Amino acid sequence: MAPNENSATELTALVVDDDRQLRMIHQRMLNKVGVKNQAVENGKEAVQIHCSGQGFDLILMDKEMPLMNGIEATKELRSMGICSTIVGVSSHTKEKQIQEFMEAGLDDYLVKPLNLAKLRSILDKIM
Amino acid sequence: MERSQPRRQVAAMKQSLFDQGLLDEQFIQLEELSDDANPNFVEEIVTLYYRDSSRLISSIEQALKERHPLDFNKLDTLMHQFKGSSSSIGAKKVKAECTLFREYCRTGNAEGCMKSFQQLKKEYASLRKKLEAYFQLARQTGPMDSACRPK
Repeated sequence: MAPNENSATELTALVVDDDRQLRMIHQRMLNKVGVKNQAVENGKEAVQIHCSGQGFDLILMDKEMPLMNGIEATKELRSMGICSTIVGVSSHTKEKQIQEFMEAGLDDYLVKPLNLAKLRSILDKIM
Repeated sequence: MERSQPRRQVAAMKQSLFDQGLLDEQFIQLEELSDDANPNFVEEIVTLYYRDSSRLISSIEQALKERHPLDFNKLDTLMHQFKGSSSSIGAKKVKAECTLFREYCRTGNAEGCMKSFQQLKKEYASLRKKLEAYFQLARQTGPMDSACRPK
């Protein structure tokens, strides 16, 4: 059963998105379901935060970002041995684009915009 | 307990926004993220949307001025980003115009892009006014018990 805000979980999450508005929304959603979380603005920062020793159960990874996009960041994290659940989050719906992202090392892919139901379905798989 | 008149007005105003096709389910999703600790979450997100997306609008405007020929790839990339932001607040008509604009980019239709962009700006501005009025009324009324789904 997915957690809710009344019962904080041990799960942690990282939101990776260059859009400030989407970072706020996704972080608020994670707060709502009791998941502690942080946010970074691009793939490079996502890699750096892991290099600093932090780890997360779940990474919500946007695809199109400056400096390092979601595909590059996912490949880098996997090559570093990061085994977190990485879920691609993007508005792309074309099969080829999704496939390319999945092949980078995603565990799942969700089409934007996220909602609580989609998030809970991902958390159900992790818990 | 019967709802007060002001709360009925807020609900009616919101219903109207949905009936006009201006908003979709995503707006309700945002409302469900509001609570006692974050009562104005939706308004904060919408304010942020209009603040940040204005830069994208300017970039698209600039790119449309740089004709001979238009850089459709650049326009499509900018509009993809704008569409993503718009859909995250449930801006249904704005999102539809984004889709139409991107189709014109795909087919290399410069005139179509120009016309579509003009319509998009109208929808964008119109939604802003209506949401400002809605939030103003909602603030005067006070927090609703929960996100109310339109009929």
